[in-house]
Amino acid sequence: MNIRAQVSMVFHLDKCIGCHTCSLACKNLWTDRPGTEYMWWNNVETKPGTGYPTLYEDQEQYSGGWVVENGKLRLRLGSRKSELVNISYNPRLPALDDYYHPFTYRYQDLIDAPPGEDQPVARPISMITGEDMEIEAGPNWDDSMGGSEIYAANDPNLKSLTEEERRQFFELQQLVYFYLPRICNHCLNPSCVAACPSGAIYKRGEDGIVLVSQEKCQGWRMCISGCPYKKVYFNWNSGKAEKCILCYPRMEMGEPPACMHTCVGKIRYLGVVLYDADRIEETASKPEAELVEAQRDLILNPFDPEVVRQALICGIDLKIIESAQKSPIYRYVKQWRMALPLHPEWRTLPMLFYIPPLLPVTATLSQEGYYEMDSEFFSSLESARLPIRYMASLFTSGDEAEVVAVYRKLLGVRIYKRAESVGDISMETAFQALKEAGLTPEDVEGIYHLTAIAGADERMVVPPFLREQAIEMGMDTQDFQEHRGFGNLIWPTRGL
Amino acid sequence: MDNFLFIAFPYIALTLAIGVSIYRRLRQPYTYSSLSSEILEKRKLFWGSVPFHYGITLILLAHLLAAFLPGPAAWLLGDQTRRLVLEVTGMALGLYTFFGLVVLIIRRLAPKSLVQAATTYMDGLILFVLLIQIGSGTTIAIFDRWGGLWYLHTAVPWFWSLATFRPELVTVVSLPAFVKLHFVVGFLVILLFPFGRLVHLVMLPLQYLWRPYQVVIWNRRKPDSYVKEVAK
Ligand code: HEM
Ligand code: SF4
Repeated sequence: MNIRAQVSMVFHLDKCIGCHTCSLACKNLWTDRPGTEYMWWNNVETKPGTGYPTLYEDQEQYSGGWVVENGKLRLRLGSRKSELVNISYNPRLPALDDYYHPFTYRYQDLIDAPPGEDQPVARPISMITGEDMEIEAGPNWDDSMGGSEIYAANDPNLKSLTEEERRQFFELQQLVYFYLPRICNHCLNPSCVAACPSGAIYKRGEDGIVLVSQEKCQGWRMCISGCPYKKVYFNWNSGKAEKCILCYPRMEMGEPPACMHTCVGKIRYLGVVLYDADRIEETASKPEAELVEAQRDLILNPFDPEVVRQALICGIDLKIIESAQKSPIYRYVKQWRMALPLHPEWRTLPMLFYIPPLLPVTATLSQEGYYEMDSEFFSSLESARLPIRYMASLFTSGDEAEVVAVYRKLLGVRIYKRAESVGDISMETAFQALKEAGLTPEDVEGIYHLTAIAGADERMVVPPFLREQAIEMGMDTQDFQEHRGFGNLIWPTRGL
Repeated sequence: MDNFLFIAFPYIALTLAIGVSIYRRLRQPYTYSSLSSEILEKRKLFWGSVPFHYGITLILLAHLLAAFLPGPAAWLLGDQTRRLVLEVTGMALGLYTFFGLVVLIIRRLAPKSLVQAATTYMDGLILFVLLIQIGSGTTIAIFDRWGGLWYLHTAVPWFWSLATFRPELVTVVSLPAFVKLHFVVGFLVILLFPFGRLVHLVMLPLQYLWRPYQVVIWNRRKPDSYVKEVAK
C-alpha cells in the first residue's frame, strides 16, 4: 500500500441557493488580472443547463478525460504523438465564444456626461480590447433557466431521458432546476496533468492539490482540452494556463478556501482523506458501472489501525491522520455513501463529491412543489419531476440504483426527523423508512448534525499543512515544491 | 561591409541567441511561452499556424541537416530525379509556409481582432522579419534553380568556416544581393530568437513521449524506494 492524503470536498446541493457568493470571492481574490477576466475557477451553473464553458460536458466535441482502450487508460484527446502533432493548433481547444467575451461598463460616462434631458448610461466595453461592444453572453447566461429553450434544452445529460420526458419537462409549469457549483476536482487521476507536454502541471504529494507551475508552463494549452471539467483556463495575457489552487496559501495558514468560507448556503465541506495511490490506475480503468463503488473503495478508513500503521510508514504525519478522522468527507462519501462524484465516467477520479438535491426530484406538480412524506415515501422517486435518470447521468454514469440509494437516505433522514420533531408521521413509518434506506438512528443524528447544525470548524476541517516540516532552515522553498502554481517574482504580464 | 555582415554579425547573433536564451531560461523562466492566442481567435489560426509550422519545421530541418551532413546531402542531390523531387518539394513547402505566415499576419492586423490585445511590438517585428526571410527564401527557391545544390557549395562552407573560427567568405561574397539578403536576415532571425516568443521552439516537449502520465511533487519525503522497503 502506498497511502497518500488528499484534501477533498463535498457540496450539498440541496443547500445551494445559487447566490454566486463563492464565485465572487474567488474572482476577487485570484482572477481579477488582465488575461483572467473570463476565468471562473469557481462557477455556479444551473442544471439542466449547458454549463461553463458552454456544453463542456460534450466530450465528443472537447475530448476531455480518459477512455479505456484494450484494458489500458489513455487520454481521449489522443496519443502523445498526436498531441505533439497538433501542438501548433489545438483543434479541441474551446474558443472565447464558448466562454463569453468579458465586459465591464464605462462608468466614467455617468460622471462626465453633460447636463441633458436623458439619464446618462454606462456603455458596455470589452475587458480585452477596451472598446465598445455588444454583450451577447455572460458566464451565467442561463442562470436559473433563463433562455431554457436554447440552453437547458441542449444539456447533454437530457439525452438520458425519453422524448416524452423531455417534452414534459419543458412544459412551463413543470420546469425544475437546481444549482451545481463547480471548482477544480483536484482529481486522483488528473487528465490535465497527463495531457501537459511540458510536465508543468503536478499534484502535490502531501495534500493532492493540483497546480500549474507557472514557470514550466510553455503555453501548449493541451491541459485545457485534457480536463473534461474545463477547469484549466488559458491566460491570453501571460500565455500560461491557470486553474483553481484550492486557496492553498489560505489553507497553509489554517483557513479554508475562500469559496467555502464565504458560502452562504453552507453547502461546502472540506477535509482530508487517505487513499491507496497504488490502486489509482486500476480503479480508473474499471467498467463504467463499477466506477463509483471503486472510487469509494479507494478511500481508506482512517480509524482502521492497520491503515493508520501503513499511513505512518508511508510518511504521513499523525496530525494529518487525526485530521482525516475528523473529516466530514469520509463520513459523507464512505460511511454514509451519500456523496457522489460528478461524471465518474470521465475516469479522472474527481475528489469533489456532490450530495444530489432532493427537492427537484420529489416535488410534483399536484403537490404544488411540496412533497408529502408519510404516504408511499419512496414511490415518489419513480414519478420524480426531474427523472432519476438525469441525476444518474450526472453523478453515476447512468447507474440509477446508486442514485436511488442516496435519495432513500436523504428521505429517510427527513422522515425520521419529522416523525421525531413534528410528529405527524408515526415512528413506525420512520423506522421502516430508515430500514429501507439502510441507516441507523445514530447515522441519522450524524447526518442531521453535519447537514443542518455543524459550524464552520466541523464543515471545513483544514488539515495541518506542516510547512514547518517542509524544508530545512534557509533552503529555498521553490526548489522543493517545484515552481509555484500561482504568484510570480516578476510582473505577470506577457513574456517579452 | 561584407566582413561585418558575414563574419561579425553572425557571431554576434549566435552569441546573443545562446547567451540570452540561457540567461532568460534560468532567471526568468516565467517569460518562456509559445504565447498562444488560440483562445482569442481560432479559425485564422488554423489556416495560418498549421501550414506555417509544418512548413517551417521541415524547411528548417532541411537547412540544418544539409549543413551538418553535407556528404549525404550531396549524395541525395547527385541524382537527377531525386534532385528534381527535392527541388519541387522545397518550392512547394516554401509557398505553403509563406501562405501560412501571410494568414498569421493578416490575423494580427485584422481590424477589431481580439488578437490585437495580445500583440506586442516584438510579435509584429518577428512576423515581419520572418516574412522577409521566408519571402526571400521562397523567391530564391523559385527563381534561382537548384538551390539545394549551390547551398552546399556556398553557404555550407561558409557556416563551417564560421563554426571552426576560420571565417572564409569567398563562397558567399559573389552571390546575388537577394541571396545575401536571405543569409543576413537569417542571422537576424537568430538574433531576435532569444528576445520574443521564438524561444518556444527549443522547448519542443519531446520528453512527453516517454515521461509517466502523472506528475507528483513532494515538498519533502523519504524516497519511494524507502517507503516500498518499509511497507514490506
Ligand atoms: C519546433 C516546433 C514548434 C512548435 C511545437 C511550435 C509551437 C507553437 C505554438 C503552440 C504556437 C502558438 C500558436 C497559438 O497561437 O496557439 C506557436 C506560434 C508561433 N510560432 Fe511556433 N512552434 C514551433 C516552431 C516554430 C518555428 C521553427 C518558428 C519560426 C522560426 C515558429 C514561429 C512561430 C511564430 C512566429 C508564432 C506566432 C504566430 C502568431 O500567433 O502570430 N515556431 N508556435
Ligand atoms: S456561495 Fe454557496 S450557496 Fe451561494 S452559490 Fe455558492 S455554493 Fe451556492
